[in-house]
Amino acid sequence: MLDSTFFIEKGIIILVVFAVTMIFAMYSTWAERKVAAFLQDRVGPNRAGFGGLLQPLADGLKLFSKEEFFPNTPNKFLFIVGPAIAMSTALMTSAVLPWGDKLVIFGKEVILQATDIDVALLYVFGVISVGVYGIMIGGWASNNKFSLMGAVRASSQMISYEVAMGLSIIALLMMTGTLSLKEISMQQSEWRWNVLYQPVSFLIFLICAFAETNRTPFDLAECESELIGGYHTEYSSMKMGFYLFAEYANMFISSAILSILFFGGYNYPGMQWMTENVGVNAANVLGIIALLVKICCFIFFYMWVRWTIPRFRYDQLMNLGWRILIPLAIINIMITGVCILAFK
Amino acid sequence: MSTSIQNISLSGRKKEVSNKEMTFWESLYLVAIVKGLMITIKHFFRKKVTIHYPEQTREMSPVYRGRHMLKRDEQGRENCTACGLCALSCPAEAITMKAAERKKGEEHLYREEKYAEIYEINMLRCIFCGLCEEACPKDAIYLTVSKELVPANYDREDFIFGKDKLVMPLEMAIANSKSVN
Repeated sequence: MLDSTFFIEKGIIILVVFAVTMIFAMYSTWAERKVAAFLQDRVGPNRAGFGGLLQPLADGLKLFSKEEFFPNTPNKFLFIVGPAIAMSTALMTSAVLPWGDKLVIFGKEVILQATDIDVALLYVFGVISVGVYGIMIGGWASNNKFSLMGAVRASSQMISYEVAMGLSIIALLMMTGTLSLKEISMQQSEWRWNVLYQPVSFLIFLICAFAETNRTPFDLAECESELIGGYHTEYSSMKMGFYLFAEYANMFISSAILSILFFGGYNYPGMQWMTENVGVNAANVLGIIALLVKICCFIFFYMWVRWTIPRFRYDQLMNLGWRILIPLAIINIMITGVCILAFK
Repeated sequence: MSTSIQNISLSGRKKEVSNKEMTFWESLYLVAIVKGLMITIKHFFRKKVTIHYPEQTREMSPVYRGRHMLKRDEQGRENCTACGLCALSCPAEAITMKAAERKKGEEHLYREEKYAEIYEINMLRCIFCGLCEEACPKDAIYLTVSKELVPANYDREDFIFGKDKLVMPLEMAIANSKSVN
């Protein structure tokens, strides 16, 4: 099994997944500006390249060439480690995402997933919760009261919403009976999408995903009116860029997980028919495209919500997390349990 | 008939404030959020109001004060006689000039015996009040003719506009004289 082709195959998949994540994160920044502009009757970036398509490159160039500023902090090492943790955790999650079933290349079956571990979902949750450290360390090492307060707010928010997120998933897991994302995707073939069976679980997960990625209406981590900028007040140049980039990478990953868990992943109506009549490869390439389209829809939804709903107040945020979403998730678990017992 | 002062509404738009409790569905906010999303998505497809500035310029009002223009008469001669009244009336002291005497053979260039050899306006100082325009006895300086903004620049020196930028282009004077006749 462990021959050289295995390593080459997995290496290529990892590189492609990495590149796709990066490109999506890059163009999310462009898309965010464009969507924001369109929702406000403006045009948006249109100078760099056609329709402003070179804007992310220009932004990157600018961030790399800007002056690097270090605050007078005793924790200079942690100050650098903060954005690195945020960025690497954002990119690590994509390793377990199933992009498709399989391709047949030169008579060899290639599984379209970097690694298919049985506890993929737990791995995702574990890595995401490490992301809190990136923000917390960054805010702490800045040696700035406002950054620290922003970091405390962000981390308490992310930790409280992780509880509700984990609970909302349990109802889904009781139904699917597995933690493997590949397995969950396969169970949803031909319109057996989980969102149809677990709408409440989906709603809770969606709200928590917004909070986990620090997106509006839960972007209390960055609030220019109260905390100057939040946990990244002291950051400049590409270290700042990494924090923002990590947010967009997280947005891509959470959109992918939402589509895989609730919207059938790479499945699309008629996939069975395609596999039998046209071929495995064509069916699966279409599957990858279907997954990417679902992801794009979710990313657009993130942006759409961002420019519609105002930011929460902090006590409202905590109230929603602890006193509404967590009980709701527990009730959902109980109802699911009863239903499973009743229909078995 | 006596109404208490609380019930009088002169504008007719007075509304009673109510603090009634939200119903269950209202307190979920989900309906309100979906309504809001519908409103924003409508704007996604609406016509954009942006004017792409350097390529498109907006229609200015007839009295819009933009960059100055030193006018020529219908024979293409400069009106300005360098009397200095504009500089005197300028509250920001943006205008400086140096006068010179018209020589023989220059009658087609300048309308009167005296003309401005150097005429400079510092556009960083100018407040576009239009007092120079009002003070001018020779109808020479106008802010309302060019309908142009002062363009952005990188150097402070580039904002000092000399006669090369201020004097009305000859083609424009020719076109004006044709429209008069």
